[in-house]
Amino acid sequence: MRISRLYEMWRRFANIASLTITAVCAVVVMAPVFIILIYLLANGIRSVNWEFLSSLPKPPGDEGGGMANAIVGSFYMVGLGLLLSLPVGVGAGVYLAEFGRSRYGNAVRFMADVLNGVPSIVIGISVWALLVVPMRSFSALAGGVALSFIMIPMIARTTEEMVRAVPNSLRAASLSVGATYARTMWSVVLPAARGGIVTGVMLALARAFGEAAPLLFTALGNRFWNLYLDRPMANLPTQIYEYAKSPYQDWHRQAWAAALVLIAVVLVLNVVARMSTRERFRALR
Amino acid sequence: MATVMSPRGGGAGTKLPPKISTRNLDVYYGNFHALKNVNLDILPNHITALIGPSGCGKSTFLRCLNRMNDLIEGARVEGSVLLDGQDVNDPRTDVVALRRRVGMVFQQPNPFPMSIYDNVAYGPRIHGIRKRGKLNEIVERSLRQAALWDEVKDKLRQSALALSGGQQQRLCIARVLAVEPEVLLMDEPASALDPAATFRIEELMQELKDRYTIVIVTHNMQQAARVSQYTGFFLKGELYEFDETATIFTTPKRRETEDYIRGRFG
Repeated sequence: MRISRLYEMWRRFANIASLTITAVCAVVVMAPVFIILIYLLANGIRSVNWEFLSSLPKPPGDEGGGMANAIVGSFYMVGLGLLLSLPVGVGAGVYLAEFGRSRYGNAVRFMADVLNGVPSIVIGISVWALLVVPMRSFSALAGGVALSFIMIPMIARTTEEMVRAVPNSLRAASLSVGATYARTMWSVVLPAARGGIVTGVMLALARAFGEAAPLLFTALGNRFWNLYLDRPMANLPTQIYEYAKSPYQDWHRQAWAAALVLIAVVLVLNVVARMSTRERFRALR
Repeated sequence: MATVMSPRGGGAGTKLPPKISTRNLDVYYGNFHALKNVNLDILPNHITALIGPSGCGKSTFLRCLNRMNDLIEGARVEGSVLLDGQDVNDPRTDVVALRRRVGMVFQQPNPFPMSIYDNVAYGPRIHGIRKRGKLNEIVERSLRQAALWDEVKDKLRQSALALSGGQQQRLCIARVLAVEPEVLLMDEPASALDPAATFRIEELMQELKDRYTIVIVTHNMQQAARVSQYTGFFLKGELYEFDETATIFTTPKRRETEDYIRGRFG
């Protein structure tokens, strides 16, 4: 068999070209992150100062002021969401991992995946109908509940995977010294899966922290301090939205700064999630 | 009823009552008949070895004794397993209490991902012992019994996963001993260990047999011959032969036993 020189050259070219394309695609994946970071840093870094972090918004038209209430509000409602979603998510995850091989388990798993895919604006509207309308007020509680709806399926599915990955030999060891099943879960299986669960929780927190849509119709936003559950509460994402579409130059500046704070928190949560994963592998060695 | 395979009485004609006896014991995994009509008496304070080729039912038999088969989906146990005359399969039996009395050591060392101390203290803690001093005492005693104390006494707070395989297995033994069981089930406890570690485990068994009833499943016939006083030979789910270890290894009564021991199959 004779392979023509031309064909041989074409094969080499095709090979190099395909490999180059994958490399370019890999760069393209990273590019948006860098573009976002560079843009935010360029526009926001000068405005992230002590005044921004520590003071309340000024009335429209006045220069200066900050978003202390929105920063605290975001942490407050994400914390509330965590409080609601952690027990439910971990509990459901353990159930799915240990007893989920039934039709009911499959249904729960499917529903969790559906909930995970529900657009967050729809979650916002649903919680508006569920809580805001009956309570006749936008509220931090409604915001926290909406965020918990986002976090529950993420936490449940990660917990399931992590609990399932705990070797059966550990369960057997615990049961064989006379532990009950529940005790085995609490004292052996969950601690062994802790690293992975923490990672999942961190990622869920990062996602919830950046969500604006679920808070638009629930927490609404607030230009003043509020720490009550039943009143509207400021938060970074809706504040960014508010400020970015305003006509004031100074508010645009602050929206950039808020976006930078937001992305910084999300990045920190992601990095912490990464580090806790590494911790897990060290523990299992 | 089929013949009961029972050890001969002790030296001076005294016949100890068996610690464990099984009667007409059958186990099914789905449609697979894994254990067929096993009748066997196990004497207290002796080591009983169970040998036989892979898949012969010896591990299944072991798991019947503390109801670990409950954890296997589709497993069904029929017949009776008597521990001091009480049927462990009785619905009124408290499985948790049973497993406290009948501890188990597994083929692969399976320490919990916690400190050495917490591994040993796990059992006593779940049974309600909270006092620091008492726990310290139990941990030290159990580790001494498992011949591990001298190697780990300065690093009790370190991760158990940092220990070598042989040390991990002795830790698992210590963990079981900490709840003071009456029976120790060992499912090929040395098969994942090197010869030196295996030797330590065998030595340990000799020290433990005065206080515990030990049943060991092993693939290693030399090991069965070295450590045990009684040996049962399983084949295809049946208990083919049961006798004093010396008899089994020198003058077995059945052809299959002899073939297995001579290494002709398995």
